Amino acid sequence: MGVEPKVLGGRIVTPQSRRTSNSMLMNMDWVTVLLYFLLVGLGWMNIYAAVYSPDNVVNILSFDINSGKQLVWIGASLLLILVLLVVDYKVYEHLAYPIYGTIILLLLVTLVIAKPIAGSRSWLDLGGGIRLQPAELAKFATALAASKFLGSISLRQQNFKDQMKLAAITLLPPAIIILQNETGSALVFAAFVLAYFREGMSPLILIVGGTAAAIFILTLLVPKLYLIIGITLLMALATWLDYRLLRRFKTMIVLWVAVVSMIFSVDYFVNKILQPHQQNRIKALINPEADPLGYGWNVTQSKIAIGSGGFWGKGFLEGTQTKFDFVPEQSTDFIFCTIGEEHGWLGSTILISIFMLLLIRIVFIAERQKSVFGRTYGYCVASIIFFHFLVNVGMTIGLAPVVGIPLPFFSYGGSSLWSFTILLFILIAIDANRSQELVR
Amino acid sequence: MNYLENRKYVIQGIFLLIGTVFALRLFYIQVVDSSYKQAAETNAIKTVIQYPFRGLIYDRNGKLLVQNTPVYDLMVVPKEAKLTDTLRLCRLLNLPLEDVRERFKKARAFSYVQPSAFYQKLSTQEFAHIQDNLIDFPGFYIDARTARGYPQASLAHALGYIAEISPKQLENPAYNGYRPGDYIGKSGIELEYEKYLMGSRGVKYKMVNVRGIEKGSFKDGAYDTLSVAGQNLTSSIDLDLQAYGEFLMNGAKGSVVAIEPATGEILAYVSAPFYDPSLFTGKDYGKNYMALLTDPDKTLFNRPIMASSNPPGSIFKLAQALVALEDGTITPETGFPCNQSLIRCAHGHPAPSNLALAIKYSCNPYFYQVFRAEVNQGRSRNTYKDTSLGLAHWREQILSFGFGGKLGVDLPNEKKGIIASPAMYDGVYGQNRWKFSTIYSLSIGQGELGVTPLQMANFMAIMANRGHYVTPHMIKSIGNSGHPLPQYEEQHHTTIDKKYFEPVIQGMADVVASGTGRNADLRKLGIEVCGKTGTAENPQGKDHAVFVAFAPRDNPKIAIAVYVENAGFGAQSAAPIAGLMIEKYLTDSVSRKPMEKWVLSRKYLEVE
Repeated sequence: MGVEPKVLGGRIVTPQSRRTSNSMLMNMDWVTVLLYFLLVGLGWMNIYAAVYSPDNVVNILSFDINSGKQLVWIGASLLLILVLLVVDYKVYEHLAYPIYGTIILLLLVTLVIAKPIAGSRSWLDLGGGIRLQPAELAKFATALAASKFLGSISLRQQNFKDQMKLAAITLLPPAIIILQNETGSALVFAAFVLAYFREGMSPLILIVGGTAAAIFILTLLVPKLYLIIGITLLMALATWLDYRLLRRFKTMIVLWVAVVSMIFSVDYFVNKILQPHQQNRIKALINPEADPLGYGWNVTQSKIAIGSGGFWGKGFLEGTQTKFDFVPEQSTDFIFCTIGEEHGWLGSTILISIFMLLLIRIVFIAERQKSVFGRTYGYCVASIIFFHFLVNVGMTIGLAPVVGIPLPFFSYGGSSLWSFTILLFILIAIDANRSQELVR
Repeated sequence: MNYLENRKYVIQGIFLLIGTVFALRLFYIQVVDSSYKQAAETNAIKTVIQYPFRGLIYDRNGKLLVQNTPVYDLMVVPKEAKLTDTLRLCRLLNLPLEDVRERFKKARAFSYVQPSAFYQKLSTQEFAHIQDNLIDFPGFYIDARTARGYPQASLAHALGYIAEISPKQLENPAYNGYRPGDYIGKSGIELEYEKYLMGSRGVKYKMVNVRGIEKGSFKDGAYDTLSVAGQNLTSSIDLDLQAYGEFLMNGAKGSVVAIEPATGEILAYVSAPFYDPSLFTGKDYGKNYMALLTDPDKTLFNRPIMASSNPPGSIFKLAQALVALEDGTITPETGFPCNQSLIRCAHGHPAPSNLALAIKYSCNPYFYQVFRAEVNQGRSRNTYKDTSLGLAHWREQILSFGFGGKLGVDLPNEKKGIIASPAMYDGVYGQNRWKFSTIYSLSIGQGELGVTPLQMANFMAIMANRGHYVTPHMIKSIGNSGHPLPQYEEQHHTTIDKKYFEPVIQGMADVVASGTGRNADLRKLGIEVCGKTGTAENPQGKDHAVFVAFAPRDNPKIAIAVYVENAGFGAQSAAPIAGLMIEKYLTDSVSRKPMEKWVLSRKYLEVE
C-alpha cells in the first residue's frame, strides 16, 4: 500500500489494522464492558429477588415477572451493543445535531400525544404493549450534541454567545421534560456541569451551586436566625483572616444580602412553588419520622430494609422487607434496598465500589481521547451515571430527596437499560477507534 | 490545557467522596444502628403465640373441677380498618363513642400493621352477635382463646384463679419466659402447681406483607416451636362431699376440712363464705375481685389455712391427754376431782374417774390438773424454772402433731398458728417471772394457742392413724403419674407411742355416743364416730364452735374438722355438720334429713 506507519501517542498504528473487526475487539475497553455486564447481571438477580415471593415461587425466567421481562431487555441490549459497535464511530460526531434534533422533536411529540400515566406525559406508546420514554434517550442525545458543540469552540475563550448556546443545548430537553411532568429525569441534566467544568467552565459555578444547595438544606434544618448569625460570623471571620477582603467590602455586602434573601425565599419556594408531592419529598428527607406512614413511608421503609441487612445481609432471596411490598418500587427506583437487605453492608459496599470503578474508568477513557468531542462525551457519560447513582442510592439511605430516577444498569426497565447501554457503548465505540483520531 | 486536565482529579475526587460517604452511611444504618433490624422484625415477622392448653383439674373420682372454655377477643389491624360506621360499632360493643376512639388510638399506637386486642373477653352471646356484623368492618376479626371454666361453682378458695401476669412479676427473674398479657396462677392450686399446669408455649414466626397478610413461615419454620399442653392434675377432693359441705355451710362463716387419714388427701375443703370461681374469669374480674376483697365477711380470707389466731378450745384436751400419757404423768386410769375452784367447768357431770370419762365430759379441772402434772414434773426446785422446762418439753411434743408450724399443704399462704413457748412468756413477763398459774388456760385449749382448721383436721388424721400423719394435700396425682409430689408420700410420726391412743379414742367414741357430740352419732348406720366438741373463746364476739372427728373407729376413712364462727357450742352447730359430712362420705347418702334441716336453719347462730 505504501503508506508509512505513523507514530501516534507512542504507539505504532498501521493503516491495515484499522478497519478489521479484530482490531475493534482488541481496542475495546474490556474493563468497562466487564463492569457493564457485572452490573446488568447483578441487577437482573436483584430484580428477581425483589419480586420473589416465597409463597408463590415463579421461575426467574418467567415473563410474568419483572426478572423475565428484564432478560428480554438485556437480550435486546446485546443487539443494540452490536449495532452501536458495527456502525462507523464517526456517525456519532457527524450526526450529533440531527440525533439531538430528532429527540427534541420526539420529546415534543410525546408531550402532545402521550396519555398521562400517573400524572406524567412522558411515555410514547409504540403499540403491542411496548412503551418508550424519550426522556431517557434525551440524555445521550444531549451529551452528543453538547460534546460536538464544545469540540467546535473553546469554552475558555469566555465567549458569552457560545456559553449561551451551550446552555440552550443543555437546558432545552429538561425544559420539555419538566413540561411532561418528569421533574426527576430533568434534574439529571444538572450533571452536565461536571463535564463542562472539565472543559474549562469556571469553578465558581460549581462552588456557587454547591453553596446554594447547602444553604437550601441548612435553611430547612436550622432556624433562620441562627443561620444568618452563623453566616455573618463566617464572613467576618474570613475578613479578619484576610484583611484584603475589606477592599471588596461592597461585594461582601452584596453577597451577604444575596444569602440572606435566599434564606428567606426558601420557605416561599418550598411552600408556594413546589407541588405538594415535591414538598413532601423535601420534608421526608429532613424528618421522615414526622409522618412515617405518610410522606415518610418510602424513606422509612427503605432505610428499615437496608438497615436490617446488617453486615453480611440476610442472603439471596431471604429478605423480608423488599418482598412483601414494604418498600415501594422494589425492582425499579428502590432496587438498592434489595442489595442492602439481602447482601448487607458488604454487598452494598461492593456495589458502590463497582460503580466507583466504572466511573473512574470512564474518566480514564475520556482522558485518553484525543478529540475534545470524545473527551467531553466521556465526561458526560460519567456525570450522568454519577448523578443517577448519587440521587438513587442517596434517596434509599435518606441522604437525598426521593426522586424517581433509576440506578444505572441495575433497575428494572427497558427504556432505562437501553438508554444507559447506548450512552456507554457509544463511548466504548469512540474509544475503540481513538487511534484514528488526530489531535486537533 | 494541563491545568484543566488536573480537574479530572477534582471530578474523580467528588465521585470517591460520595462513594465513601455512602459506604459510611450504610455502615451506620446497617451495622451500628440496630433499631432498623427491630423495625424490620415488627414489620414483616409476625409472632403467633401458640398458647398451650392449660392443664385440667379433676376431682378424685374423675369429675372435672376446672376446664378450659373458649373466650373471644375482638382484634383489629389498624391499617386495614376503616372506621366508616363508628356509631354502629359502638352499638355492637355497647361502648360510648369516645371509648371506641380511644381503643382504636391505642391499637394504632401499638402497631399500624399488626393486630392487637380491641375488646377482650366477649361472652359467647356477644361473640355471636358481633360475628354476624363483622363482615362490614374490615380489619376487625375475632380471636378465640381459652379461659378457665368451672363446671361446678365449687372449691374456689383452693382452686385459686389465673389472671394476667403483673408488671411486678414480669420483673422477677423467677418468671422468665412469661410475657406481658400471659395468664398465670395467682392463688390456690393454680399458683402452687403453675409450672405443671402451664405447659409450654409454642411460637410460630410468620412472614407478613405490608397489608399484614401471611406469606408463609419464616425460615421454613426453623425457629417455630410447638406448644406443649400443661399436665392435668387429679385432686384428692371428692366433689360430691365438697359440694355437700358448701351446701351445709352456705350462709355461715367458718371452715370444714376433711382428710383421708391414711394418705393425707384432703377430701373436702370449705371456706365459708365462698364464691363462684368463675367470677374471676370474665371481663368483670377486676370489679368482682374488689367487691369480694372489701366485703365485711372477708370472703377471700382462706379460712382453713389462714384462720390461725383462734384457740382450738376443748379439742386440745385430746393432745394434752396424749402428751401426759406419753410422759407417764397420767395413766388411762388416772382420776382427778372436778374441782371447780381451780377452773370453771360448765358441763355439770360426775367426777371423772378415768381419762376416757374426763374426755367424754370435757372436764376442765381434770385437764387443769393433767397439764399441771405435765408441766411441773419437778425438773427444778424453782417452780418458775420447773414450769419453763416443763412447758418446753410439752411444746416439743405438741409441735410433733403439726401444730404451731406450717404443715406444708400444697396451697399458698398457709399460716403457722401459735403454740405457747417459754420464750413467749419470758418476753411478756420476764424470765422466771411466770409459773403454772400464769399459763393454766393452755390446759383446756385457750390462751396463747392458735390452730388452723387444717391443723385440726390433721390432728384427727393423727388420731385415726394412731400416731402419724401424711402432710395434707390437695393434689393426689400430677399428670398420669398416679403420685402426688414426693413430700406428700412421707409419714410424719408424733412423739406419742401408738399404745396411748386407744384410751383417748375411747373417750372420743364416748363423746359421740353419749357425750357432747351426740349430734354426730352414726351408730344406727353401723358407723362408730370418734369426735370431740370444742368452743373457742372469742373476745370479739360470740364464741366459735368446733367439732373434730374421725370415722369409722377401726380402719378410719375420714378425719374431719368443722369450725363455725360465732356459733356458740360446738355440740349444736359443728357436730351435726361433721356428722352429716361423714355420713355423706361413707354411705354416699344422707338419711338424717331433720338434722340437715336443723343445720340449714342456722338457728344455732341465734342461740345465746
